[in-house]
Amino acid sequence: MPDSPEHLVKSYDTELKKLRAMMAEMGGIVENQVALAAQAILTRDNEIATKTVEGDAKVDSLERDIEQFVIRMLALRQPMASDLRFIIASLKMTGDLERIGDYAANVAKRSVVLSQFAIPFSLTGLGQMLRLVQEQLKSIIDAVDAGDTEKAVAVWRSDQAVDDLYNMIFRELITYMMEDPRNITPCTHLLFIAKNLERIGDHATNIAETVYYAVRGEVLPDMRPKGDTSAYAVVRPKE
Amino acid sequence: MSEGSHGSVQVRSSSAINESRIAISELDFFYGEHKALKQINLNLPNKQVTGMIGPSGCGKSTLLRVLNRMYDLYPGQRAVGNVMMDGENIIDPSVDLNSLRARIGMVFQKPTPFPMSIYDNIAFGVKLHEKLSKAAMDERVEWSLTRAALWGEVKDRLNTPAMGMSGGQQQRLCIARTIAVRPEVILLDEPTSALDPISTLKIEELIDELKHDFTIAIVTHNMQQAARCADQVAFFYLGEMVEVGPAEQIFTAPKEKRTQEYVTGRFG
Repeated sequence: MPDSPEHLVKSYDTELKKLRAMMAEMGGIVENQVALAAQAILTRDNEIATKTVEGDAKVDSLERDIEQFVIRMLALRQPMASDLRFIIASLKMTGDLERIGDYAANVAKRSVVLSQFAIPFSLTGLGQMLRLVQEQLKSIIDAVDAGDTEKAVAVWRSDQAVDDLYNMIFRELITYMMEDPRNITPCTHLLFIAKNLERIGDHATNIAETVYYAVRGEVLPDMRPKGDTSAYAVVRPKE
Repeated sequence: MSEGSHGSVQVRSSSAINESRIAISELDFFYGEHKALKQINLNLPNKQVTGMIGPSGCGKSTLLRVLNRMYDLYPGQRAVGNVMMDGENIIDPSVDLNSLRARIGMVFQKPTPFPMSIYDNIAFGVKLHEKLSKAAMDERVEWSLTRAALWGEVKDRLNTPAMGMSGGQQQRLCIARTIAVRPEVILLDEPTSALDPISTLKIEELIDELKHDFTIAIVTHNMQQAARCADQVAFFYLGEMVEVGPAEQIFTAPKEKRTQEYVTGRFG
């Protein structure tokens, strides 16, 4: 989030800047984790997958650092108004980012299993979903850094497209499984991968809501339509 | 103890602001030529706490001085505008100051006990306004000290000098003295700035209790204190009231940039 005018207490300003830097660092690492996970699936590269899984420890440790730092600031600085909102927002967003990191690691793990199977169908839908989720994540991390609420709202609205893709992939994968039981193992992993990506999108929208509140001091006005309808999806074999 | 308005207990609501007990509108105040308050519009909600914050010299203490006409003691100081209480403009020269100050009590930054016994400190003010029997006065003293959360500490030494009490006790004695005349409004001008943290918390707890019965205005330099005590907070700057709103709003999402800069400590 952008710097406000200087604080009268310099060390407080230094801490706020440090928190911003930590958030930016965590955002960058998580963005990279998702990019690596995407690469692992699309190129069937186990080495990259392993690197992604190992990288999650760094995300977790940054989350703990940020949490501790925030608790310290709350106790010692008793922040008010925009500072309070930013500090609390950081605490919430670090939780979202940590979850996104977990999903990326899970996608990477599943890509290792997936690489052992021949996949006799195209992964275009999933590729599209990976791109879209990465774009969203990049946008929202930029929005956090710049305190850009317009960008945040754009991400918040664009989650519908991720949900639509997820619903499409869900139906598609069930169809492949019905066509040939040998597809069940890879398709189940692909389903989870798609679900993980869909969840990443949801966390990006959480972050969007948090940024909006932190910057504007008010909550986003309307409820976002929930687009994941796969819970109600039924795909029946053709008679 | 006679039955009075102090018997009622209100259900506390954290964010709703009650109807006003005192309504200030278009109030200007002058120290000679210098205009210290400019067009102040502010309501003190009934049986709630209004916190007044702002940098030194912004006019918040001046406003308290207007509310109980302290400035009348100083030639060259004058107020223009409306400070309405029960349909009467209390800055009108025709208002009787003694009865006004019984209705609107004030407690200052430094405890100011009279050089007399604890008992007499309380009884002194009451005697100016009411003729009470010894028994009724005893009852009033106990009531005041109890309401000021001091009774338990001093009940066995009511006839000892008040000057022998600790700073925190002295300040609670001053509050007891103020409520002894059963005012409707209590003005607190930085009541804890000379006290240690524990005594401060005791006063804050007391404010929380007292607002069930009294309308309270507190001037404080301690923003956390305003956040803890006040239902409504007004921010003053250079003689203007910049913003007023529920405490929660002022400290989480103030509307005015100057308020934002002040409460976050970015005032330059």
